[in-house]
Amino acid sequence: MSERILTVDNLRVDLPVPAGTLHAVQGVSFHVDRGETVCIVGESGCGKTLTALAVMDLLPARARRTAQRLELAGRDMLSIGERAMADIRGARAAMIFQEPMTSLNPAYTIGNQLEEALLRHSRVSRRQARARAVYLLERVGITAAASRFKQYPHQLSGGLRQRVMIAMALMCGPSLILADEPTTALDVTIQAQILHLLAELQREFATGLVLITHDLGVVARIATRVVVMYAGEVVETGTAAAIFSRPAHPYTRGLIACIPVPGRTRRGAALGTIPGMVPSLVGKSIGCHFASRCDYAIDACRSADVTLEAARDAGHLVRCIRHAELPALAPTRVAEAAP
Amino acid sequence: MTAAALTAAQVEAAPMLEARDVSRTFRVSTGLLKPKRTLQAVEGVSLLVRPGEVVGLVGESGCGKTTLARMLLGLLPPTDGEIRVVGRPTAALPRRTIAQLVQPVFQDPYSSLNPRKSIGAIITLPLRVQGGSDSATWRAQVEEMMERVGLARSLYDNYPSQLSGGQRQRVAIARALINRPRLVICDEPTSALDVSVQSQILNLLQELRRDLGLTYLLISHNLAVVEHMATRVAVMYLGRIVEEADTDALFRAPKHPYTQALLASVLTPEPGLGVPDTQLGAAYPNPLDVPPGCRFHPRCAHVMDICRTVAPKPVASGEGFVECHLYGTP
Amino acid sequence: MTQAALPRAGIPTAADILAPSPGVLLRRRILRHWGLLIGGTILAVIVLMALLAPLIAPHDPYDQDLARKLIPPIWHGGAKVTWAHPLGTDQLGRDYLSRLVYGARISLLIGVSAMLISGVIGTVLGVIAGYFGGRVDMLVSFIVTTRLSMPVVLVALAVVSIVGSSLTVVIWVLGLLIWDRFAVVMRSATQQIRAREFITAAQALGCSTPRILLTEVAPNVLNHLIVVATLEMAHAILLEAALSFLGLGVQPPTPSWGLMVSEAKGLMFFDPWLITIPGIALFALVLAINMLGDGLRDVTAPENRG
Repeated sequence: MSERILTVDNLRVDLPVPAGTLHAVQGVSFHVDRGETVCIVGESGCGKTLTALAVMDLLPARARRTAQRLELAGRDMLSIGERAMADIRGARAAMIFQEPMTSLNPAYTIGNQLEEALLRHSRVSRRQARARAVYLLERVGITAAASRFKQYPHQLSGGLRQRVMIAMALMCGPSLILADEPTTALDVTIQAQILHLLAELQREFATGLVLITHDLGVVARIATRVVVMYAGEVVETGTAAAIFSRPAHPYTRGLIACIPVPGRTRRGAALGTIPGMVPSLVGKSIGCHFASRCDYAIDACRSADVTLEAARDAGHLVRCIRHAELPALAPTRVAEAAP
Repeated sequence: MTAAALTAAQVEAAPMLEARDVSRTFRVSTGLLKPKRTLQAVEGVSLLVRPGEVVGLVGESGCGKTTLARMLLGLLPPTDGEIRVVGRPTAALPRRTIAQLVQPVFQDPYSSLNPRKSIGAIITLPLRVQGGSDSATWRAQVEEMMERVGLARSLYDNYPSQLSGGQRQRVAIARALINRPRLVICDEPTSALDVSVQSQILNLLQELRRDLGLTYLLISHNLAVVEHMATRVAVMYLGRIVEEADTDALFRAPKHPYTQALLASVLTPEPGLGVPDTQLGAAYPNPLDVPPGCRFHPRCAHVMDICRTVAPKPVASGEGFVECHLYGTP
Repeated sequence: MTQAALPRAGIPTAADILAPSPGVLLRRRILRHWGLLIGGTILAVIVLMALLAPLIAPHDPYDQDLARKLIPPIWHGGAKVTWAHPLGTDQLGRDYLSRLVYGARISLLIGVSAMLISGVIGTVLGVIAGYFGGRVDMLVSFIVTTRLSMPVVLVALAVVSIVGSSLTVVIWVLGLLIWDRFAVVMRSATQQIRAREFITAAQALGCSTPRILLTEVAPNVLNHLIVVATLEMAHAILLEAALSFLGLGVQPPTPSWGLMVSEAKGLMFFDPWLITIPGIALFALVLAINMLGDGLRDVTAPENRG
């Protein structure tokens, strides 16, 4: 039995908007074990980023967070105060954002910011902090780390900045790293390098890693387990192998059919599509959120809320009342696509 | 065969777009008291796009692909070299004529539509610029084009802020196509969109190409998209095209080490394969400081002595070429 | 859309309900913005007063009657108070209400004219600098810096004392002096719009530069222009009052609020209402214009331009 690092149970985030209450996250549950990489995947507006911010208690002030359980490394995060939470952030759980330039302070050197990250949370001397910072900079592949130490964030390229952010996240030896689209702003070759590095460091330091992304390629290559979100809900969760080889939810199947894969999709052939648009999350709703865009939706889908049920594989859960019949009903769209 | 027929045949056979040894430099200031430096954005690029082709142009940010696109659109004069559209040099053509032949579709549909104008007005603008008709004909043409790109006619009087990202990109495509150009330069047309919207736009672009007989130059950093759409691919690195080949050949057997690294970086949704190590190192290409010799050598896993001093010459390979000392005769 | 037409799980999809148009959003924001509404109302009242001055004013503002001088306003009480002169009379026996009403014309005329002159100069300079950049931008920035290094009031005083003062001179001097904010704001607004891809798209369509400036850039910088215009109008009105107070603005006997304050300063301790009435009028006008400007800035904030 591996050590449980993060437990999120029935997390909800509500945002007041002029038209009412926006239920951005509606009862999301997942967990992360030590050494695991959990990918939260979904399209814009599905609530994946708010889920991460809610875990770190970094939500905008007007947002309201509720949850049945929110535990990080055995500590209940719902009842602790602001100061205790600030101690946890950085020391126990670190976050990496999409655009490193906004999370690095342009007025301080890289070295200074790395040292501060450690000095704020533990009783070490500045010399020790510096030694660890240099070690980590080298570890994240920054050559001539000692000279980079005196540089300011704007003097680094996007890829190097993201490496610095990873080094900073590792300074206090956190048990959990949350990375929100860490490679979306980067070039493809740099993206592969950064993800390679993240995967390697995650194994080496045995942290739990939560990676939030919209890129199914990234998910497939790096995830131990996958959480697929749609319109504020988890619609499917399971191991990467199960999700990609036997996707059970029509939305997951649709998403996979949408992306061109060299060698698999036929050149020029129509790609799969998901018709329609994401429903508005303002106000109360009944039934499956995906029903309006789903080819397989029946009246039962629209009349009652759908719960997560076990699919074929162990630990594979899906929020669809027809998931068992789907494989027999139709192949995924790619196969039926006309040339 | 009469002389006139011969000319028509020649016109048909003429390349849609041709760049001959095109270069572009910029003078940039690097600091308050430092002297201005020369940024070589594009250096000696030759590119041929034949009618009906979809040429993919791939490369990382800062490799000069956007500068090249601006030159091909006639928005930026090259410092050196010549660009021909349907056989005619663009330097001698008025902008309005170029506009009739070549049109762009941009990456960000939130930035490419004027927020103060209605959808109808945005798509009518190209007709207005070319002139020569009345507003009733325009409206009919615009509504027909809206239908063709999958926009409801009822959106005519709405504003961009009321539309989703995918709908906005359809408006941008309608605006580009309303004057029936021959060539469309798509600059990252789907990278700002969600996955499910991306596939809709890609399908639409394919459909329009077949129906309207269009030629595309598709600029993208997403190699999976390029592989899906393009018939030929040119790979750009720091201002030069370092490899060009048929899509099949390029994806089956990439020759240039940079192309190999690019292809290795494509993360297909296949679990269990892990994230590949591209062996590129943490050095980042800087267009202000292009390395001597082969411009890729500081990041190359196969670097040899000659790479550090001598710039490689293009070596023909199949339908295309590659610029790398590994393939030339030493 | 009717309830029955919502088939899908009772969740209206974003496709069913189109977001409101920018015009509707703007109207909604305006109606929710109290500052804007109050400022707009006060300004509207003053503008109406100025336009309808001959109908509202009970007397000719120039009619002197030394027998009836220095009658206090009606709320003062006392034997001299009369409803014939609700705000009393000044030291020359002119009806104070009539002078106040006609004075609104002068203040608004100067405010609007000076704002228009400076608006044209500043907007042209700013838009050209922002759109073309490079050397043009450097030149315009230099001109703006030069202008900013001249103190407005001192230059205005100098010019007026040389060429003599009249309404026209005051308008032109102010108009030629306060265009700097227009130029600065229009320059940065144009720079932002210039970087958007729809400008490149228009260029690629073969649009001429004047066409791009008029149909693509102008509608997107208009909101900034309106805000600066209101602020500069208030600025011009205050400067006119200051110049008139110093005796270098509008010349007597023209009824101007600044001049009314100036003429009353000798009697400040004996008949304070002579100063407070035009002072309050000036204060209300400038406050109203500023509230309107701030409100317009709030309701045309960037989020409705996206």
